[in-house]
Amino acid sequence: MSVAVEVVKPGALTTVQDLGRPGFAHLGIPRSGAADRSSLKLANRLVGNAEGAAALECTLIGPSLTFDGDAVIAITGAEVAARVNGEEVALNSAVNIPAGGLLELATTSTGLRNYIAVRGGLEAEPMMGSSSSDLLSGLGPAPLKAGQTIATGKPTGEVPAIGVAPVAPPADVPLLHVVAGPRADWFADDALALLAASSWEVSSDSNRSGVRLLGPELPRLRHDQLLSEGMAHGAIQVPASGQPIILLADHPTTGGYPVIAVVASADLDAGGQLRPGQKLRFALS
Amino acid sequence: MSADASCRPAGDRAVLIELKDNDAVQQLAAGLEPRRGSELEEIVPGHETLLLVWPSAAPAIGKVEELVAAAAVAAEATAPAGEIELTVSYDGPDLEQVAASCGFSPEEVVARHLACRYRVGFIGFSPGFAYLLGGDAALQPPRLAEPRTRVPAGALAIAGPYSAVYPRSSPGGWNLIGSCDEQIFDPTQNPPALLTAGTVVRLVAK
Repeated sequence: MSVAVEVVKPGALTTVQDLGRPGFAHLGIPRSGAADRSSLKLANRLVGNAEGAAALECTLIGPSLTFDGDAVIAITGAEVAARVNGEEVALNSAVNIPAGGLLELATTSTGLRNYIAVRGGLEAEPMMGSSSSDLLSGLGPAPLKAGQTIATGKPTGEVPAIGVAPVAPPADVPLLHVVAGPRADWFADDALALLAASSWEVSSDSNRSGVRLLGPELPRLRHDQLLSEGMAHGAIQVPASGQPIILLADHPTTGGYPVIAVVASADLDAGGQLRPGQKLRFALS
Repeated sequence: MSADASCRPAGDRAVLIELKDNDAVQQLAAGLEPRRGSELEEIVPGHETLLLVWPSAAPAIGKVEELVAAAAVAAEATAPAGEIELTVSYDGPDLEQVAASCGFSPEEVVARHLACRYRVGFIGFSPGFAYLLGGDAALQPPRLAEPRTRVPAGALAIAGPYSAVYPRSSPGGWNLIGSCDEQIFDPTQNPPALLTAGTVVRLVAK
């Protein structure tokens, strides 16, 4: 049975996300999708959805939602206090919400993003094969607003018998592994070592397109203009300021700043949990 | 693999291939296109590069070089990209400034701009934003010192060696010399972008 989810408070930025729309980068369209894909997949698995079903991605301050019928949800990702009708509920587990129930997420304490999967998945008009909200391109549903309702779809699978997943919360100071290149040779010899040896702070000027980092200036060897080239998810671009930017899910598909290194695929989800003001480190792999 | 191509790792899932010019980019992209969606997740042309992204770990560089060599052969049998005509009006707010900075009259800028045969080098910046190469060498004004916070959809713009039509309203730092009524990007259409890499573009004055 379909349940209507009503948005009482949207939180700081809550969007609909799935696993994105790959295959269109040559048209200027990034993959988009959940910034922390493994947390989205886990949330969906816990409620018996396909891993890539549309769910909510919450940013820092979570939403308040009511459900007009019995629902099963799961919350994954950042550490956050979550309550159903005022009672605290566990993260990373299937949670029953009675008809009329109110779900409230507070502000995350560690990490940045939560995923709320609802059994049956969210019904959001797909655009180019995905219901993801791509905030850079303006594709997909707009961020949630107070008063709007979202319907859930039909459940496709059973809720797993074991409804709790043991998950380590995001690290206080995550270590992201990086692969050098493709433009490491545009930087001074010690720039890669400096990238790996330094403690970096996440700037408040960060979003789903990229995480800006504050730290030592990565010295350039070449100062000429790079011709625009394709950018990989996780690319660490270094603009003229010398302050790096890690490209996330909604990143521009091409760019003209040299990329000193790219975050390893296994650590991209940790990149999606980086929170303004927190510290992180890099390791060369 | 051609001596003019070199492969650089771009993380564990992607390889950036440097090529000698944009023609080589178009040719290699066309040769690899049949593999997009199965073997390759993305094939992203740049000005003189092609970024290949795999769904999981990228093959070793030696294997990528073999793939590039095979694709270069396959590309010779590929049909050339299409040609498209765009009707434009030279009514942009920066036309006089561009004329002054390039040392021409506005009429001469229009004549020179219309006379070129453009080709889409690559797409970037925003969905469907096509970088048109092949512009007049004497018509290369720098980007604006202060980008506009809002450029209207359909604005015909130039900056450096590139011309473009803004597919939708966005911030932008290019010189606006005209406008175009054609819808450049529509996510409900297949393909959603009117202009794709390799497409030849002719401009016609309204």
